[in-house]
Amino acid sequence: MAVLEVKNIEKHFDSTKVLRDVSFEMEEGSALAIIGSSGSGKTTLLRCLNFLEVPDKGSIIVRGETLFDADRPMKEQEKDLRRKRLHFGMVFQSFNLFPQYTALENVTLSEKLLAKEKPDFKQNKKEILEEIEKHGRALLEQMGLAERMEHYPHQLSGGQQQRVAIARALALQPDILCFDEPTSALDPELTGEVLKVIRGLADQHTTMIIVTHEMSFARDVADQIIFMDEGVIVEQGDARQVIDHPREERTRQFLTKY
Amino acid sequence: MFWSVTQSLLDGLWTSFEIFIFTLLFSLPLGLVLSFGAMSRWKILRGLVQTLVWIIRGTPLMLQLIIIFYGPGLWLGHNIWNGSESGRITATVVAFSINYACYFSVIFRGGIEGVPVGQREAGEVLGMTKSQIFFKITLLQMIKRVVPPMSNEVITLVKDTSLARIIAAYELTFAGYSFMKSSGITWPLFYTGVFYLVFVGILTLLFNYIERRLDYFR
Repeated sequence: MAVLEVKNIEKHFDSTKVLRDVSFEMEEGSALAIIGSSGSGKTTLLRCLNFLEVPDKGSIIVRGETLFDADRPMKEQEKDLRRKRLHFGMVFQSFNLFPQYTALENVTLSEKLLAKEKPDFKQNKKEILEEIEKHGRALLEQMGLAERMEHYPHQLSGGQQQRVAIARALALQPDILCFDEPTSALDPELTGEVLKVIRGLADQHTTMIIVTHEMSFARDVADQIIFMDEGVIVEQGDARQVIDHPREERTRQFLTKY
Repeated sequence: MFWSVTQSLLDGLWTSFEIFIFTLLFSLPLGLVLSFGAMSRWKILRGLVQTLVWIIRGTPLMLQLIIIFYGPGLWLGHNIWNGSESGRITATVVAFSINYACYFSVIFRGGIEGVPVGQREAGEVLGMTKSQIFFKITLLQMIKRVVPPMSNEVITLVKDTSLARIIAAYELTFAGYSFMKSSGITWPLFYTGVFYLVFVGILTLLFNYIERRLDYFR
């Protein structure tokens, strides 16, 4: 069974159609790259998956559970919105770390807040918080940030901040981790360290959707690639196939620019 | 003479301090509520808050104080503030709280809107509730942003307490002025100024301290 099914998503802002009839599926443990020029709708698509935008049409299904269906009443959509969101993790282009918290606190904050809602929190408070702390440290170590846990975001380089953001998104163990142009805000010499981390996640078969402009990276890391243009999926298929031998003329034109 | 002046000025300072502290106590939360109103999705509420802010910021505080103190007595036929000193102080605090809440609401709105949208979105995708996002993420970043403009307003408030003289509340300036009227001496006026300077000086140190405490993040 597909871990994610996106069916006929449409989204418009005022009269501009940003997404038109977007459908795709993803298998558990696979990595999907979405490529396309600016304004093609790739970021909007990710934002729809994370419920930062509400699609006007279509449905989103994770592990067989319909999280969103535009045909159902809005009241029902908003119910359990927080729980539904947790199926997806999001890494933003501009990191969006919380400046008043250390790297470790950034990673553990949401997990701690969620733990407080559990009925047994009061009794086992100490153990639960210690466990979360341990988990957060392990994630940051995995990101190669063992020495930076107590640093505040402004004390970290862009590449380090983005790695903290990845750890933060992983902390809640989402089914699908989304990256919105994770290296676009970085200096060229810092993109490598972030791409390396994402590559590592792909090797561990983390289910991921990566919106990116790094074509060679997309080719190497992703299993599938979707090329979008003007809000529609122009071409989708095996990553190497799409990059090396695109079938569509528009894809070919786009790729010659890289 | 010096001691009796000091004694009177200390009495006046206490009244000024009461007006100051109670005004802050009420206007800070009220200002925050008004700032939410000004940012509400509900157009009518937004319009109401904007109109209130326009009226309060567009008319003199002294005029507002006069209306709030004398108005109810003339309209209702009995003075709801009763004529005592504490009634005068209460009326002053009410007028000041409304006035300062309006100014604060604009500062707070600027502070909240100045926090990047990405902060809220990051909180949302991490499954936080609206109130968790406000209290755990936005609030401290907002406070950091509003400390400098707030220090201006709070210092202005210290000196605005002297307006309470218009409804005969015995505050600091009234105290200093009364010696000039009764004994024809002017030095208590300068002495009064020193009281204000010390008051504001302490506040300045306090604000510097808060700014330094919030310097650990950017």
